[in-house]
Amino acid sequence: MRLSGRGVRCVRGGREVFSSLDFEARAGEVLAVRGRNGAGKTSLLRLIAGLLIPAAGAIALDGGDTELTIAEQAHYLGHRDALKPALSVGENLSFWREFLGGEVSDTAESLRAVGLDHAVHLPAAYLSAGQRRRLSLARLLAVRRPLWLMDEPNAALDTAGQGLLAGLMGEHLARGGLIVAATHGSLGLDARELRIGSLP
Amino acid sequence: MSALAALILRDIRIALRAGGGALIGVLFFLSVVVLMPFAVGPDLQLLSRLGPAILWLGALLASLLTLDRLFLADHEDGSLDLIAMGRTPLELACGAKAVAHWLAAGLPLVIATPALGLLLNLDALSTSAVALTLLAGTPALTFTGMIGAALAVTLHRGGLLLAVLVVPLSIPVLIFGVAASEAAISPPHSFGAPFAILCALSLVSSVVGPFAAAASLRQGLD
Repeated sequence: MRLSGRGVRCVRGGREVFSSLDFEARAGEVLAVRGRNGAGKTSLLRLIAGLLIPAAGAIALDGGDTELTIAEQAHYLGHRDALKPALSVGENLSFWREFLGGEVSDTAESLRAVGLDHAVHLPAAYLSAGQRRRLSLARLLAVRRPLWLMDEPNAALDTAGQGLLAGLMGEHLARGGLIVAATHGSLGLDARELRIGSLP
Repeated sequence: MSALAALILRDIRIALRAGGGALIGVLFFLSVVVLMPFAVGPDLQLLSRLGPAILWLGALLASLLTLDRLFLADHEDGSLDLIAMGRTPLELACGAKAVAHWLAAGLPLVIATPALGLLLNLDALSTSAVALTLLAGTPALTFTGMIGAALAVTLHRGGLLLAVLVVPLSIPVLIFGVAASEAAISPPHSFGAPFAILCALSLVSSVVGPFAAAASLRQGLD
């Protein structure tokens, strides 16, 4: 599997964010997107996720399921957690598992993998920022998608959480997955780098 | 369980729990109708003549009140991005959200109508006629209102705009809803024609609404 972009140009609100951006990543690789604030890291992830439309250029995923779009084969882990405070931890996760569908695994096991199995019945309103992030990560485990698009995946996670994240990302890569992660810090994994704009 | 059933179940659950919007609509409906006899005065004949119109107006405003959060809440917490990326077509997901909204916020209005009819001096026949027209007409309010709710996501802070956009669209529903209820109460008029048009409005909007809302949401995801 191979994700590639050729001459991608992004325009938001009538202002050009970046242009003629080329990138490539293969199965089992992490593409670490780096750049100063406002350089367009999140915009690139949203372009790949199909949530924004490129003003020029094309993004392609070769070797995936030809019946599905890139978005349908991807997980998007954004700044916002997509969690409902009124629902419990278990309900939040099982909703996304049912809705996203495809190849799914057990919710209890996914929660155990991110260390939230003790909080299944707790309303998501009572979770801390780090626990919310862990619950979002559980979604990536409960539903199998080959491409993970992660925006600042380390944000709000404690040291143990960052180790856990690196472990989960490693397992995903070992199964032939592909990760695009926008980050400032270290991911704890070998990564192919993509720089957007000039670095400070 | 299919993706759409999961979405409907989730939305109903959220609406019925503390902080959800379902009860706000019914309470608003209740306050409008309860206050009306105090404003109009103790003229029983006038009340029963205005009854169907008051009930319809109350239901329309109550459904408008709860509609603005239909997509905005999902947009704010990022759920809408994931719903748009899912394997379920966005049009169907929009339709499912509208169905859930109607079940949680529209159906309770219909159920509350018989109790409120008593306050407006409506007899059993008139009350059941109004309840029947509300049952047939409130889906139209939800599905047309959904278009406005989707536009409110596209136009940031468009909550105020929702009322301006949706109210003109709901005027036909109001006209035929009240016409059908009054026809049932005063026999010389025909009940069938306005009621059939009311049903048609609901059916058309249930087809057009999801497509319009999905098209608007796709523009709004940035």
